[in-house]
Amino acid sequence: MEALLTQLPTGLAIGSVLLLAALGLNFTFGQMGVINMAHGEFIMVGAYTAFVLHAWIGLDPATTLLLALPLAFAITGTLGWLLELGLIRHFYGRPLDTLLLTFGIGMILQQAARDLFGAPNVDVPTPTWLTGGITLFDTVRIHHSRLFILALALTAVAALAYYLHRSRPGRQMRAVIHNRDLAATTGINTRKIDATTFFIGSGLAGLAGVALTLIGPTGPTLGTNYIVDAFLVVVIGGLGQLRGTVIAAFALGLLNATVEAWADASLAKLIVFAAIIAFLQARPQGLFTVKTRSLT
Amino acid sequence: MTHTHPTLTRWRGPITFITLLAAALLLLPLLLEPFRLNLLAQYLCYSIVALGIALAWGRGGMLTLGHGVYFGLGAYAMAMHLTLERAAHDPLNTTGLPQFMQVTGATELPLLWQPFTSATFAITTAVLAPAALATLLGWSVFRQRVKGAYFAILNQALAAAFVLLLIGQQHLTGGTNGLTDFPTFAGHDLYTPTAQTTLYTLTVLTLATLYLAFRHLTRSRYGKLLTAIRDAEDRVRYLGHDPTWPKTLAYALSATAAGIAGALFVPIMGIISPTLIGVIPSIMMVLAVAIGGRYSLAGAATGALLINAAQTTFAETFSGTWTYLQGALFVIVIALAPQGLAGLTTTLKNHLTPTPPETTTHPQPHKAHT
Amino acid sequence: MRTRPTHTALATALALTIAATGCTTPGPAGVDDDTVTVGMLHSLSGTMAISEVTVRDAVQLAIDEINADGGVLGRQIEPVIEDGASDEATFAERAQKLLTSDNAATVFGTWTSASRKAVLPVFERNNGLLWYPVQYEGLEASDNIVYTGATTNQQIIPALDHLREQGHTSLYLVGSDYVFPRTANQIITAYAQAHDMDIVAEEYTPMGHTEYSTITNDIARHEPDAVFNTLNGDSNVSFFQQLRSAGVQADHTPVLSVSVAEEEIDGIGADNITGHLTAWNYYQSTETEPNSRFVQAFTDTYGPDRVTSDPMQSAYNSVHLWKAAVEEADSFDVDDVRAALDGITIDAPEGTISIDGPTQHLVKTSRVGQVNDDGLIDQIWSSPEPITPDPYLESYDWATDLHS
Repeated sequence: MEALLTQLPTGLAIGSVLLLAALGLNFTFGQMGVINMAHGEFIMVGAYTAFVLHAWIGLDPATTLLLALPLAFAITGTLGWLLELGLIRHFYGRPLDTLLLTFGIGMILQQAARDLFGAPNVDVPTPTWLTGGITLFDTVRIHHSRLFILALALTAVAALAYYLHRSRPGRQMRAVIHNRDLAATTGINTRKIDATTFFIGSGLAGLAGVALTLIGPTGPTLGTNYIVDAFLVVVIGGLGQLRGTVIAAFALGLLNATVEAWADASLAKLIVFAAIIAFLQARPQGLFTVKTRSLT
Repeated sequence: MTHTHPTLTRWRGPITFITLLAAALLLLPLLLEPFRLNLLAQYLCYSIVALGIALAWGRGGMLTLGHGVYFGLGAYAMAMHLTLERAAHDPLNTTGLPQFMQVTGATELPLLWQPFTSATFAITTAVLAPAALATLLGWSVFRQRVKGAYFAILNQALAAAFVLLLIGQQHLTGGTNGLTDFPTFAGHDLYTPTAQTTLYTLTVLTLATLYLAFRHLTRSRYGKLLTAIRDAEDRVRYLGHDPTWPKTLAYALSATAAGIAGALFVPIMGIISPTLIGVIPSIMMVLAVAIGGRYSLAGAATGALLINAAQTTFAETFSGTWTYLQGALFVIVIALAPQGLAGLTTTLKNHLTPTPPETTTHPQPHKAHT
Repeated sequence: MRTRPTHTALATALALTIAATGCTTPGPAGVDDDTVTVGMLHSLSGTMAISEVTVRDAVQLAIDEINADGGVLGRQIEPVIEDGASDEATFAERAQKLLTSDNAATVFGTWTSASRKAVLPVFERNNGLLWYPVQYEGLEASDNIVYTGATTNQQIIPALDHLREQGHTSLYLVGSDYVFPRTANQIITAYAQAHDMDIVAEEYTPMGHTEYSTITNDIARHEPDAVFNTLNGDSNVSFFQQLRSAGVQADHTPVLSVSVAEEEIDGIGADNITGHLTAWNYYQSTETEPNSRFVQAFTDTYGPDRVTSDPMQSAYNSVHLWKAAVEEADSFDVDDVRAALDGITIDAPEGTISIDGPTQHLVKTSRVGQVNDDGLIDQIWSSPEPITPDPYLESYDWATDLHS
């Protein structure tokens, strides 16, 4: 029990990273059934945005971080928007083809990063006010950088929830998820909605990338480190469901952290994989599903 | 559809393909130096994997992003036997244990390894283990109607987990080093030109046999049912068929092909290790099929041959450019020629003539999930 | 119609492949009157390219120097460069090509244990000679490999000696899950038992793992005297960043790393690792006359931003050692060169090194260094004299269980 308690913040920390990486992915997947394999590379682009601000433009670490967040959102959002406009738009209803297509895009982006920034990892310094941590009850240590990521993830979730449930384009977006054809007949411009969705989903990847520079390596393969786990969160969370993704991310994080407390990290990952397959036996469509009201 | 063709036309394709294979079989060992022949045999192993993927993906609509696992099961089964044979015949090795186990401090052969002293057991396992795992996984997920992208991602997770398992169980699997150094099989030196030619011939024969078998299967009543499930699974359900077993069968057969390919790959290549079967190699296997033509068995096999040959030829000289090219190939083929190389003329004709594009493959263009 | 393949297209493709596979340019003779062919086998693509490209550059530098100086036995060295693509099968395949098609007189290359194990049977079968430049887990001595990096008794054991001298008696072990860390930790555990030291924990993470909160918090909680780190590659970045967040200070709990060299420090961020320790045989800052020449030549050739590291230096030495052995043997033949290996001595950037014939490892000095603010490593300790290689640790009583 005590081990469980000490691992609680770690679980939340892992969970918030997973959440941030999976949030954008779930958004595009849920909205349009598009599995974007280049999402990992969008995360990488976000991380390099921070690097460019620091190393090429010469900003100090704190300004870099604060400026990189909106900038990375805009850059990767635009990349995603272009991807949707140029390619994905023509492949709706062919989810497996878009999966492979975006994998090809990912390969190209990764190689481009290698040519632009070199293959070795680059250094994006952490602002000093994020390097330490606080200690609770003598044994529980919470890193400032983790708190920042948790706060960022929760802010993103809150903003998304507000957008989807309170704003007009957000409600239109939900209408499209529920029944695309019916939404179209009521005059919603589904094309425009799709483009917006992809912009936001990809922009979230950029945010994740900037945040990840605080806790891990910044290199061309940054995205691949997180993408398999992010997909699993989406699969468990269920289609197009914000709360599903949030719960799945934290559940996976906690599971990982608790198993890690008594087995090593390699074994922990294996056990988590096994748990996921078992879970899908009970809930094949994930935690929550949208009743799509269309005949499938 | 194809059944309207006269018999002669229908068999023209396979006859061409088989004739080419036969010519290759007879002529190449005479033409190529052993090193090149060995490379070709290695590519043909990937062609066998491609046949399986074309069956599961092209015919059955199951995109499998984890075929490295089945390839790996076959390869490791074979490699375990060859490793034991090496240990038993090495005069410097007094314990009879594989070399890597001495490093990890084992004193006796682990239980898992013991049956692999028998070649028959190893080969049987190479064929049956992939089939069994695929049946188990396929049955349990297809039964729950998990399909499409979900199935693809599960497969990918399986590949990631399998690699972790192999690396973590270093005392049983050799870890990241994998298994290597197999000089003999059943007492025969594997590196004489004769042995290399024999292995090559065996690979060509396996490829041809599996091609004919799978082709026959796809033309059968079962094949039609499989395609029907791919195109409209729910309608097939309404008609009273349970799609679980037809899909599981195709998936298991496809895994078996990969297992056989793995078992052939090991004596040809002389090594198997986790990097050869993880997430990325698994996607590359699918890439080869996409480029060759997922709807065509012959196309898929050729695609694998082509991509692997190109890999060797181009990767060393222009490694960066090659990655761009590979990525671009992926995008272009999927976007413009989803039928791959094999469907090139049909695709071109469709682009040039005003006939509407084929719709039967994707009957529900705006299905939100799959 | 839709699914009917165009067999003409397929046939063409097949023919093209066969042509591409079959077009064999006749290999060079290996050695002729003017030139000698050698192989360079490194990952130029894939995950290992980051590290291996630097080693390739060092080998190339040595070859250029020797060629400018008149070559070996009057012949210019002609390298054939092959890409191992971070993949063991490709390594084995390319090694086979270098030895049988190119008739390479010798080969410089490989980095990971996996790639070395993959090419080893190829070299043994074809009686080739490989120069392996990286510190490794020991327990190997092939007639067809010369090991120019450290074996365990030239890196890990001296590092433990140093930690013990400093009064560090409780160690926390963390490593990537592969052969080197597992073997290293077996040795460390045996050493600790024999020397009354305490192993607090032994943790492994998958390669490329980035989530170190559990382990870093655990380290902060246990407050061991030192951490022995055998993590590999990217994981070090996450580990050191998160270790700093966990409040572990280098002056209180130093981390001794055996796989972090000069070129990794920038990616980790110098401020995350300053003050921590590394164990190698060479640093860019090592003060010898050959080293100032080596660093000068390297930065002149590849740019002032480039750093030099232990594996690069070992690879650079390999070429010079091979040249010396060939001249001693007065022959390029592998058997003759091998017979001449014992006792070959050169003044290398790391100091005087010589080949120990029976094991084909080097006699070399061990060094412990501390990362400074500039991202370089300052030597703070070195073994009093060069250490004779003992890959099977046969001369250590406490290690009998390890090599049985």
